Parts: sequence; structure tokens; C-alpha cells
Amino acid sequence: MASPVIQVENLGKRYRIGVRESTTTLNRWQAIGATLRAPFTYLLDSLRAPTEEETLWAIRDVSFEVKRGEVLGIIGRNGAGKSTLLKILSRITDPTEGRAVMRGRIGSLLEVGTGFHPDLSARENIYLKGTILGMKKWEIDSKLDEIIEFAEIGRFLDTPVKRYSSGMGVRLGFAVAAHLEPEILIVDEVLAVGDAAFQSKCIGKMTGIAQSGRTILFVSHNIPTVMQLCSRALLLQDGRVAFDGDPIEIAKEYLRGALQRDGEVVWAEDQAPGEHGLLVRGVRIAFPDGRLAPVVRVDEPFQVVVYYQILEPNLSTRCAVKFYTQSQLAFTSVEPVESKRLAPGIYSTRVNVPPHLLNEGEYTIGLSFFQYYPVKRHFAMVKETVSFQVFDPMNGDSARGDYTQHLGGLVSPRLHWQLAQPDVLTTFATTLPSLTHEPVGATA
Amino acid sequence: MNALKLLKQPQASPRDQAFTTNHETIIEPARGWSALKLREVWDYRDLLYFMVMRDLKTRYSQTALGPLWIIINPLFSMVLYTVIFGVIAKLPSGNVPYQVFTYCALLPWDMFSDDVGSGSTSLLSNRELISKIYFPRLVLPFSRVISSLVDFWISFVILIGMLIFYRITPTWGVILIPFFLLLIMLTGLGIGLWFSGIIVKYRDFGQVTGYLVRALMYLSPVVYSSEVVPERFYFLYHLNPMANVLEGFRWALLGTAPPDWIMLLVSAGISVALFLTGLYQFRRVERSIVDIA
Repeated sequence: MASPVIQVENLGKRYRIGVRESTTTLNRWQAIGATLRAPFTYLLDSLRAPTEEETLWAIRDVSFEVKRGEVLGIIGRNGAGKSTLLKILSRITDPTEGRAVMRGRIGSLLEVGTGFHPDLSARENIYLKGTILGMKKWEIDSKLDEIIEFAEIGRFLDTPVKRYSSGMGVRLGFAVAAHLEPEILIVDEVLAVGDAAFQSKCIGKMTGIAQSGRTILFVSHNIPTVMQLCSRALLLQDGRVAFDGDPIEIAKEYLRGALQRDGEVVWAEDQAPGEHGLLVRGVRIAFPDGRLAPVVRVDEPFQVVVYYQILEPNLSTRCAVKFYTQSQLAFTSVEPVESKRLAPGIYSTRVNVPPHLLNEGEYTIGLSFFQYYPVKRHFAMVKETVSFQVFDPMNGDSARGDYTQHLGGLVSPRLHWQLAQPDVLTTFATTLPSLTHEPVGATA
Repeated sequence: MNALKLLKQPQASPRDQAFTTNHETIIEPARGWSALKLREVWDYRDLLYFMVMRDLKTRYSQTALGPLWIIINPLFSMVLYTVIFGVIAKLPSGNVPYQVFTYCALLPWDMFSDDVGSGSTSLLSNRELISKIYFPRLVLPFSRVISSLVDFWISFVILIGMLIFYRITPTWGVILIPFFLLLIMLTGLGIGLWFSGIIVKYRDFGQVTGYLVRALMYLSPVVYSSEVVPERFYFLYHLNPMANVLEGFRWALLGTAPPDWIMLLVSAGISVALFLTGLYQFRRVERSIVDIA
């Protein structure tokens, strides 16, 4: 109890990134020369020490300690160093500097699918995956029934995994991993993909593991889940620990916008996506008063503002905004009419998102610009532009009312509920006789 | 349900305890040579077993002939070599039929070339798995070596049939076959492990191992008898561990001239050195593969 279960000291990982070669056009002889020299330049390049601009510190000076039974959430945006830290602590890659000590058996769940062989049956795959994860055969023997039950694969036990639906594959993967029972569990949030019922099952299993006194590192970019699961959170920013403490405090920091500048993206003219005379210049998530909204509450309205530039006269276009969450398209909103014969210049179009529509979590905006009349023509298609967080202040006013647990789904609209005490006979009189052999009226 | 769990708990815990007590992992930058951690491979022996099973069960899945291919491969080579080298080139094979003469060397040779091939590609072909889950990476080449050993014994049954058919009596040397097999595994794995790291960085070496194995085959007495090798190359020729091992095989099973024991021991030393350095080389590169591949 005295010494922490995980002790991380000044951990750092440097990657070598390629520097773009000069793109000057070569004439024929130069090109032949370059081809002949290629093996040697390749060799020499990989032998010499990388220069400063060729390296990137994915994480640096990361230090923290975790006590037994703690559930530590590690959050940060893409590229903040979460996965690198995860990979180092799971012993998949080595750090460049620093040191970490882990006391206890480590189980790390960075994914669920790999390690399965499509031609083997589920039973054989359970043993294969289990032993890859470090279990002994006798351990799997004793847990086999539980795993099968958890994965809900029952009668498909001896079917080759390649005949499985992807959902079954994910369930099977998580089922094996969840029964690993390590003392330290490292979990990547991407695990929790799948349908809502399965997601809550995974979360439930993890909560169970945490309650049994095991230590969990949970990596996520989803603040609500971290708030729900973790007793403490670590915010990574540009490879360093920017904040370490109460997850609710981190959410507040996020709210103040002090920790990140999410919610807006701007492209320079030469980098802007788009073609055929239209360039997408920027996207902004903003409150009605114009403030940037990297984090919105479920009960607040906000806008998605798209800036675009028209280069050719008389261009007609319309914009579609796609809301992605949990790696899926939640919905698309399209400009109902086309903007006709626009003159060159910069335009903006905005779509108002009402309160109580989105669910908690991270959303990413995708965009497309196209013309539909008289012929369909595409100008731009950007899958990921800005991301923003939606969170529920839990004041009882949202779609969940006073229910505090996770609601599955890509959206969470507030719908109207009504309780009544109808007259049973008049309501069901038409349907009941078909279910019973005697007419309802006879018994009444 | 709860009662059941309570009952189960005390039974499982002593074993759990034994497994996890004082289990401390230190994660540090790798510098120079690191420990082989063969103990850890032993801890994962169940994985080794299931990896071998996976390999054996899936290699010939969706093939009509299935595991028959294990036998067909060496038989095909045997027919080919017998026609080319036995019938057309008329290479001498002592007092045994050429087909038995070459088949007897083909089996250990195929195992060797399998070991080189699977050892050298083990990191690359499993990089998906390696980049997601930690386990002792040595399990990968080890499991392939074991499954090629299984293949050997399956084809060996055919060889026994041939010995009976041609009324050839093996010598007492058959008891040394396990030793010869061990030498093949050490050599093949040693070469394979050496290349496994280089292949990850320079895929070109995947081609190189192919050429190397092919060249080595003609530098070993697979299709011919080592008696045809000129005397002045004797020492050099017998530094090749496979040359001595194949001679040993033929001597043990077919009763040809016994191998040169001194050269066998010298080349066994080379095998062990190849294997040990290969192990260290593998351990050195396995940690950085995720960043390169």
C-alpha cells in the first residue's frame, strides 16, 4: 500500500519524422541519377543521427503516480500523446528517456480485434487471444463459460470467426479481455465502440473491475465518460501533463477554454480544401453571441459557421454539415436551398443547432459543398474539421431528467413523455382477443 | 450466483497470488544488449502451444487436400530432383535408390529453410499484433519452428515407408536424429532471427534470405553426395552446419558413410553461436519494431 502501483518519472518518447524532400522537378538524367543513388541515400539517412527538425517528441517529461485502486483518466486531443503514453506503459514500444515502474500484473486493452484468426472457431480463438494477453490455459478453462456468456455467442462457439458479424467479433474480443483480471488495467476508449447496449456493458464491466480494487488507466478524449468513471484525470497537451486532478476540474478548465483552442479551424488560401472555384476557408463552433464554443452544454444553443470563398462568378452551391460522434455519422444537415449565382468573394453560412439535441461526448464536424441543380457537382468534401465537446451539467433539465447514468445513442433529443392511466378495456379491447382464446368481454 | 462466486474465490486466490506476487515491471529506454528473458517465454508456454495449434490448423484451411500438402511438398521436390539429378544428370547416390537418397536429405532441409523463412519474417508478418499487445516476441519464431518440426515428423512417416519398401536398415545412428534436428533448429532459427530485425527496416532482405537459402541448398549435400566435393574445399564445405547434419541423417537412416565428427562438433559450435547472437539481435530489434514497421 505504501508504494504506488504505477510510478512514471520524466517519461519521454522521441519519434523520427521524415522531412519533406525538395520538390524541384528533375530532368531525365537527374531522375536516373536519383534512382540509382536511392539505396545509398536511404541507407545513409537511416544511419546518421536525426537532426532537430526531423524529430518529434510525442511525449516529454511526463511524471505521475497512481495508487492502488485508483481509476485514472488520461485525456487530451488527438496528437496530445495519449496513445504514445499508452503504448509505452503497455510495453509495446520503448521510451526514449525516463522510467516507469508498474507493480502488478498488467493487462492492456488497446484494441479487441487483433489476435483472432478468422479460420479458427470462437472457442479456439478464445484460447489463442487469452494466452496472447498473458492468461494461462487453466485460467481460461475456468472462465470459458463466463466469457461465452458475456460475449453472447452461445451456439456459434464452434463457428469460424470469419463468419461472425463485426459486432460479434468485437463482443468476443472484449469478453476475453475483460476476463483477464490484471492488477493494472490499461484501457483505450476506442474499445467502447459497438452498439449502445454493448458499450454500457463494457463500461459496467470496467466499473466492476475498478470496484474490486484494481488500478485502471483509462485513455479517452471523451470528458463525460472520464467524469463518470474516473476518480482522477490527467490532461495531456502537446506531450506534457497540463493538468492532474479532479476530472470535474478538468471539465471546468475545458469550459473556460483555457486549455485548448478547439472549436475553430481556418485554412490559408493555398491550403484550403475545395475545387472548381470554391474553397472552404474555415469552420467555427460558436455561441449565438459569437464566442467560440469548444465545449457546449446540452441545454445551450450554438451555431456551426462555415466560411467559404467563391473564385468563379455565377457559382451556385449548397453546404452540408455532418455531425460525427463515436466514429459514426450521427446526422447530416443540408442547406435547404442552393445559394444561386454567387459573385466571387467570401461568404459564410451558419446552421443553428437547438439545445437538447446532441448527446454527451465529442462531436466532429464534416463538410461538403456541392451543387444539385441542374446537375450534381462536388466542390469540397472534408471529413473532419473541428471537434467540440458536449456535456450535460446534470441539472435535471436535459433529455435524461434526473437519471444520471449514460444514455446511449448518437443524439439525445429531449422528447415529451406523458403518464396516464387509460381505461384498459377500451385501449386493449381490439388487440387482446387475438392474444387470448376467449374474448375479453366474456371474462369482464 | 453471489454465493457461487464466494465459494469460488478462495480456491482461485492462492494460485492467483502465486502468479502475481512481486510482479514488478520496469519500463526504461533500451540501451545496448538486454537480457534474453527466456524465463518470460516459458511463462507464456501456453501461448506457444496455441500458436503452434493455430499454425497447424489454419495453414491448409480451405484447401481440398488439407494437411496432405505437408507430404506433397517434399514428395514433389523428390520427384523433381530424382528426374533432374538422378535420371538426367545421373549423380551418384551410393548403394541406395536416388529418390530415397534425396528425400532423406530433403526433409531436414525443408525444415531448415522453413525455420529461416518463418524466423526472418516473424516480426514483420505479425506487426499488427505486435503493435497492439505485449507478449514475449520470441514466441512468434519459436512457435513456427515447432510447427515445422511437426511437419517434419509427418513427412518422416513416408520416409519410413520408403525404407521398408526398399529394405534399407537404419544404423544405430537413428538415436542421434533428435540431436541433428536440434542443430537444424538452432541454425535455421539463428539465421532467421538475425534477419528478422533487418527485414523490418529494409524489406530488401526478405529477397536476400530467399537467395541465401537457395544458395545454401546447393552448398549442402541435398541433391548430391558430399563425396563429390573436391578435397581442397573439404574444411570450408564442412563449416556449413547443414552439410554435416545432412550427412548425419543419411548415415543414420541409409547407412552411408558416417559424418566427420570433428567437423560436426565445430559446425555445431557455429550453430550455437548463430542462435545465441540471433537471440540477442532479435531482442535488440523487437523493441523498436513498432516504431519502424
